[in-house]
Amino acid sequence: MKTRIFRLLAVAALTAGCSLAAVADEPMKVGFVYVGPVGDHGWSYEHDRARKELEKALPGQVKTTFVENVSEGADAERVITQLAKSGNKIIFTTSFGFMNPTLKVAKKFPNVVFEHATGYKRTANVGTYIQRAYEGRYVAGVAAGLLTKSNTIGYIASFPIPEVYRDIDATFLGAKSVNPNVKIKIVWVNSWYDPGKETDAANALIDQGVDVLMQHTDSPAPMMVAEKRGIRAVGQASDVASYGPKAHIFSIQDNWEPHYLKTVEAVKNGTWKPQDYWGGFADDVVRLASINDNLPKNVKDAINTTYTKIKTGEFKPFTGPIKDNTGKEVVPAGHSLTDAELAQINWFVEGIDSNIAK
Amino acid sequence: MDNELLLQILTAAIKTGTPLLLVALGEMVCEKSGVLNLGQEGMMLMGAVCGFIAAATSGSLIFGVLMAMLAGMLMSLLFGVISMHLKANQVATGLALTIFGTGLSAFIGSTYVGQTVKGFHAIVVPVLSNIPFLGSILFKHDPLIYLSWLITIAVGLFCTKTRGGLILRAVGENPYNANAIGLPVMKVRYMAILFGGAMAGLAGSYMSLAYTPMWMENMTGGRGWIALALVVFSSWKTKNLVLGAYLFGIASIMHLVLQGLGMKISPNLLAMLPYLATLIVMIFIGSNRMKEKLSAPMSLGQTFDSRV
Repeated sequence: MKTRIFRLLAVAALTAGCSLAAVADEPMKVGFVYVGPVGDHGWSYEHDRARKELEKALPGQVKTTFVENVSEGADAERVITQLAKSGNKIIFTTSFGFMNPTLKVAKKFPNVVFEHATGYKRTANVGTYIQRAYEGRYVAGVAAGLLTKSNTIGYIASFPIPEVYRDIDATFLGAKSVNPNVKIKIVWVNSWYDPGKETDAANALIDQGVDVLMQHTDSPAPMMVAEKRGIRAVGQASDVASYGPKAHIFSIQDNWEPHYLKTVEAVKNGTWKPQDYWGGFADDVVRLASINDNLPKNVKDAINTTYTKIKTGEFKPFTGPIKDNTGKEVVPAGHSLTDAELAQINWFVEGIDSNIAK
Repeated sequence: MDNELLLQILTAAIKTGTPLLLVALGEMVCEKSGVLNLGQEGMMLMGAVCGFIAAATSGSLIFGVLMAMLAGMLMSLLFGVISMHLKANQVATGLALTIFGTGLSAFIGSTYVGQTVKGFHAIVVPVLSNIPFLGSILFKHDPLIYLSWLITIAVGLFCTKTRGGLILRAVGENPYNANAIGLPVMKVRYMAILFGGAMAGLAGSYMSLAYTPMWMENMTGGRGWIALALVVFSSWKTKNLVLGAYLFGIASIMHLVLQGLGMKISPNLLAMLPYLATLIVMIFIGSNRMKEKLSAPMSLGQTFDSRV
């Protein structure tokens, strides 16, 4: 009983302290939830890099905390609740699987702003955000189409979901735009992260004549295989140039800092609204990191021109006419897919010799 | 399917099967002494991280491998003390060891995540590698694969042809009878446990120094668990274990290769192949209950208490 009274007193004192401090312009507390380790050199690593940049950009004005390696189930709900309870004003939950836990916790904390990466469910205090990785994929496709000698590029795919279909399609559209004979081989590994399996998949693809490799998984293992076996590869999520100095074409790097900065400022000014934010080349949310110097000049030029065209909005990768691989027209001539349509891609473009996993 | 492709599949299958073979060998010996250690995954991860750190800091891969084996042994010693001296339930202790090893390896390796080392390179065995077809499949591997074959042969001979193997099995069948005729039950079991730990550590170092020469959290990807199934699959026989490990390798490679070939089969279905293979063998073993009874160590998983 005694301890309970003590606890109540302590809580009361803390609350008083907090409200007093709030008047004195305390830094805003911002929480981050990661699905992997911050050192994964992929997805979580980039979110954490952006978190550090955010602290640097607003010195003394924000105080960030993060929880890494949170599994996408009951654990997530516990962690998010904990962050909301401990006074964080904004909480970024950075994996698709955190969607439902985020919504559940958000209901209980209406005064906290939640931002969920790669999700599609929004409420009054839950917004969503995603990066237009497909813009990077299109450029990667252009580079691959020009570089391939066997006319076969390989793609290590993770899970059959719209995001992955979209990126495979973008890659192939890019490749085909410069090389009408190009083919793509897709291998699904059913994992976001399994270095051993990614290695096997990379080897299997190379054994079958692939000479440019893309990956939709988070470990640098495929880049290392590409380097070892003397083919070229594109990195994803973060800059993995060091894993394949010769093989590396460029990495499609996520840069979340602009979004994190904007969100914090919007919450401060009271202008934040739940939105579905898609950031790409134009906002520097997707970058082409470490374009390799050893690329032929025509490839470097093609990379830069395509990048600029997409960045300025002059060109949108998913512009009709596009047929799917059953011959059905999926994007009519002159139409560019809207974000809502992009979010629902469940087809392969014409020429991809693979069927959608059902 | 052309010859070249078949060759590549079989070569890759040996690489994929090797970590499984190593852990499973250790676990088989451990189980033959009557001890069931479910901590393989945790010991493997500790082996992977310690091996990697040792190799990265010293620059010597061999030192890395030795440290990995030592780390696996220390982990298994922990298991031994808790399950043998403190008489804790083996299943629970093993599971705890896996959870502990997963967390501890992540903690130890946190500053090494994503770093790489120059891993083991393939050694082409002269003369033998010139044998048509087989030569390319068998004799162009990294040294740890050759080592795994030597260990396999040694374990096979030890279990079937030596007095030590007989003692090991006697302890596993009935530790009380073994004790009664003066066999050092505790000592035998500890040695078996330590051997299991060393093999798991070695398998871990194969992952972090040869297969994918880097350290990443959880990089063993559940291979320790598959190895546990393999021991049952092999009905505690070395020959079957080798077959099982490579069969598993082939199944998981086929899953990737068939997709690349553009087979119109759902990738989800293909991903099931290795598990389907296990299931089929499990059913086969299950239907032959006598066989299972004859080959499984009778005291498996039971705590031995000399005071009883």
